[in-house]
Amino acid sequence: MAHPWIPNSADDVKREMMKLIGISKIEELYADIPENVRFPAEKWDALPIGQGRMLSEQELKRHMDSLFARIAELKAPPFMGGGVLPRYVPEAVKSVITRGELMTAYTPYQAEISQGLLQVLFEYQSLMAELLEMELVNSSMYDGSSALAEAFLMAMRVTGRKRFLVPETMNPLYRKVVDTYLSPHGASVQEVKVDRETGQLNLEDLQAKARSDVAAIYMEYPHYTGIIDEGAQDAGEIAHRAGALYVMGVEPVSLSILKPPGALGADIAVAEGQSLGLGLNFGGPYLGVFAVRWDRELVKQMPGRIVGLTSSIDGEEAFTLVLQTREQHIRRAKATSNITTNEALMAIAASAYVLLLGRSGLEELAKHCWYKSHYAARKLSQFARSPLLSGEFIYEFVVRLPRNAREVRRELLKRGILAGIPLEGHAWFSGNDLLLAVTEVHSKDDIELLASSMMEVM
Amino acid sequence: MFRQAKWNEPLVFQMGREGRRGFLLPPLEEEITRAVGEFSLAEKVRRNSPPEIPSLSEVEVVRHFTRLSQMAYGVDVGPVPLGSCTMKYNPKVALRYAFHEKLSFLHPLVDDELVQGLLEALYHLERWLAVITGMDACTLHPAAGSQGELTGALLIRKYHELRGDAQRTEIIVPDSAHGTNPATGTMAGFKVIEIPTAEDGNVDVEAIKSVLGPRTAGIMATVPSTLGLFDEKALEVAELVHGAGGLVYHDGANLNGILGKARPGDIGADIVHLNLHKTFSSPHGGGGPGAGPVCVKDIEVRDGIRLSQLLPGYRVVKEGNSYRLEGPGPYSIGYLRAWFGNVSPLLWAYTYIASMGPRGLREAGEIAVLNTNYFASLIKSRSEKYTIPFGEGRFRKHEVVVSAQRLQEETGVNAEDLAKGLLDAGFYAPTIYFPLIVKEALMVEFTESETKENIDAFAERLIELEGMAMQDPKLLKDMPRNTARARVDNAKANHPRTVTPSWRVKVLRERGKLTTL
Repeated sequence: MAHPWIPNSADDVKREMMKLIGISKIEELYADIPENVRFPAEKWDALPIGQGRMLSEQELKRHMDSLFARIAELKAPPFMGGGVLPRYVPEAVKSVITRGELMTAYTPYQAEISQGLLQVLFEYQSLMAELLEMELVNSSMYDGSSALAEAFLMAMRVTGRKRFLVPETMNPLYRKVVDTYLSPHGASVQEVKVDRETGQLNLEDLQAKARSDVAAIYMEYPHYTGIIDEGAQDAGEIAHRAGALYVMGVEPVSLSILKPPGALGADIAVAEGQSLGLGLNFGGPYLGVFAVRWDRELVKQMPGRIVGLTSSIDGEEAFTLVLQTREQHIRRAKATSNITTNEALMAIAASAYVLLLGRSGLEELAKHCWYKSHYAARKLSQFARSPLLSGEFIYEFVVRLPRNAREVRRELLKRGILAGIPLEGHAWFSGNDLLLAVTEVHSKDDIELLASSMMEVM
Repeated sequence: MFRQAKWNEPLVFQMGREGRRGFLLPPLEEEITRAVGEFSLAEKVRRNSPPEIPSLSEVEVVRHFTRLSQMAYGVDVGPVPLGSCTMKYNPKVALRYAFHEKLSFLHPLVDDELVQGLLEALYHLERWLAVITGMDACTLHPAAGSQGELTGALLIRKYHELRGDAQRTEIIVPDSAHGTNPATGTMAGFKVIEIPTAEDGNVDVEAIKSVLGPRTAGIMATVPSTLGLFDEKALEVAELVHGAGGLVYHDGANLNGILGKARPGDIGADIVHLNLHKTFSSPHGGGGPGAGPVCVKDIEVRDGIRLSQLLPGYRVVKEGNSYRLEGPGPYSIGYLRAWFGNVSPLLWAYTYIASMGPRGLREAGEIAVLNTNYFASLIKSRSEKYTIPFGEGRFRKHEVVVSAQRLQEETGVNAEDLAKGLLDAGFYAPTIYFPLIVKEALMVEFTESETKENIDAFAERLIELEGMAMQDPKLLKDMPRNTARARVDNAKANHPRTVTPSWRVKVLRERGKLTTL
């Protein structure tokens, strides 16, 4: 019997097709694979792949459900961020991205038959451009961290320089990704001091290190610690005086209330778009947002696919992929990046999320998270230094507990609560420091449960 | 006859009304606002003017995307025979798990004991991929094929570095390779040495011999090639490269062509990347997400250091009956992205492989190859103008590259025109103008998912277009007409004075506030 996903595996069909080709066995089609490397069918069929045999849908479900049953449920959404945020995923977003026409499409190389997909991606680029106040956003990178690494590679091409300045408290995983991407190019990354009182970048230290060999200065906004740096614009000016690019890492929802990177002098802005209504997904898929301001050299050196508005030969508004001469399929070894597959479906999800909330909804969401994170910080201040840093913050904050943060976290886990990221070993943080995230998914009761449970284990 | 939906759907910026909302947040408890006090931000970081984002109801948003989706085309709609893209059917049962509700709140740093079921799946997926490719160890970390390629190139780099062999700065790439290969070579800091393809479709072994030397870091080989041919010299080439001290990397994008018949590990590969969104059925999503695992032979690098220790990202380790994640060790190339990997496509591939088992996978590969050669036979027996260059008389694997060079020379109708003519009949077009070594290339890959009826109709249409070109080339220059839009103006789309990559650019330009790019 034919396999449901392989229509031509029906015997009759196979025979008809083989007849036209002029063969009597499918094996003949593999005659050019030398015998010594060709894998015998009987041996292949006995390999330990899957359960060793085909499964019906019912059998598969039983198996998969048993695996998913061994994913534990928590008492409250995780109080964990560190570059991603727990966020509710609206059903309408899921419904949009599971439309077969979108989900099972390829990159829209053939514009005329892909207008809907192209428009959706153009709208994603445009919505991000509005949030960022930057003119050009590509149609996505893999995630925030690889977007940042590509921004640094781009800064090297634009400036011809190889030194980077980053905040010492920057997201440690992002730092590692940057190191990997830069490793073949003899580039160096230097840390700039962050004020231990306010959590903001030390501008004197930045000024002192911003010499004429710096390719880019990187600012996290908000910082890994949740701190909103009031020196963001000044840091950009320091970068530009040194002839360096100013790269900002932002969080899109907060830009509905925060001054956007375009208004702070950013040349390149990158973001993890996961917070735009995507799930945490145990690490992915996420969404790398990548934007530049309107400048010929920046646009020319930008990685990734870009959708543009044009017209059809009939004069109707139409969309197509543009500025492709930067890309690998045309420029090969001289391309701005090797990126091909991106995170288009996640960009579509983000776009749907932004549209569902609208301008006022995004602002309400950002404020909602601001309030709840402040409320949580206040609650924890009953028994901890909370918040540890005095700067303004959103979503996340550092607390200094009276005991080791790892131990506290372990004990809370036994109570079904996932409480933050211990910061020991990162920058100048101590073993008692914990990074907590609070968003709209946490109710007041959740926050109080966190606070009371923590109090109990102190 | 085919007619694509044509909605005059405005841009969202032209839709909606102030005050509408598509999604409600839970109320913010009064006790919270009272305790925290008035929301305020310092002027230096406060946004002055709200972003230009429209206000829509949920019904408007859903209709907008539904209408736009009806002007898009995926495997769920019809054949997408894009060569080297392996656009196979994406089984629906996998959707349930790839986007499972439980994943929404699974933070990537969640403790191992909470996610044993998930880790078990990922552990087995890694093992299955190793068995399928004939390799020893894999990482599921890379987010896509091109990131897998970069992983491969960085592994080669690190291998030589650890061996104190830093002068190996050259990477060999055949001229038929995907553009990502040379681009990856550059990203990994290598000098890319391009070598030609011989007339029989295999790489030119003499050309390889002439460039091998003490600077050779390795080769990036695509097996089967973008011509759809299994390289009969693959093993010989691998031995030559190994003999010169280099490593052999296989671009596994075309694995479907040898699935169940030959394994990269048995034909000399030290490293191979896979595209789960190709061979293992996770959907392309209009461009992504993908997943690009990398598998290696566990060869010794030096002094007991194994190649698997260089792999990036977290790997799942089994201890007794439990699983845990292990971060990269001291010899690893590190992380190519934050956190584990693209878990949804990984789970999709898991469900696909679990459903198919070894026999199902073998059959998928066989029928994909049958489909390719059936189509090639149709073209050869019916067409007067189309040719299939390279490897005369050889069977193809996952794909076949048809050249319209003669048609173009005689009628002016080129590969792009033919692509548009296919769209007009309700097919997606093949990959065109690639590989670069074939003039007026149409690169066709049906995969095992396509029906004989559709392959017949597709070939029929190509023959029909050939006839139309001979009679009146203008007919094809005017296509497509049955799609949502007629042919797009690419010159306007890319001109520095008119290029419009966002609504913001359109508005600023109309207000005279934008310079020429």
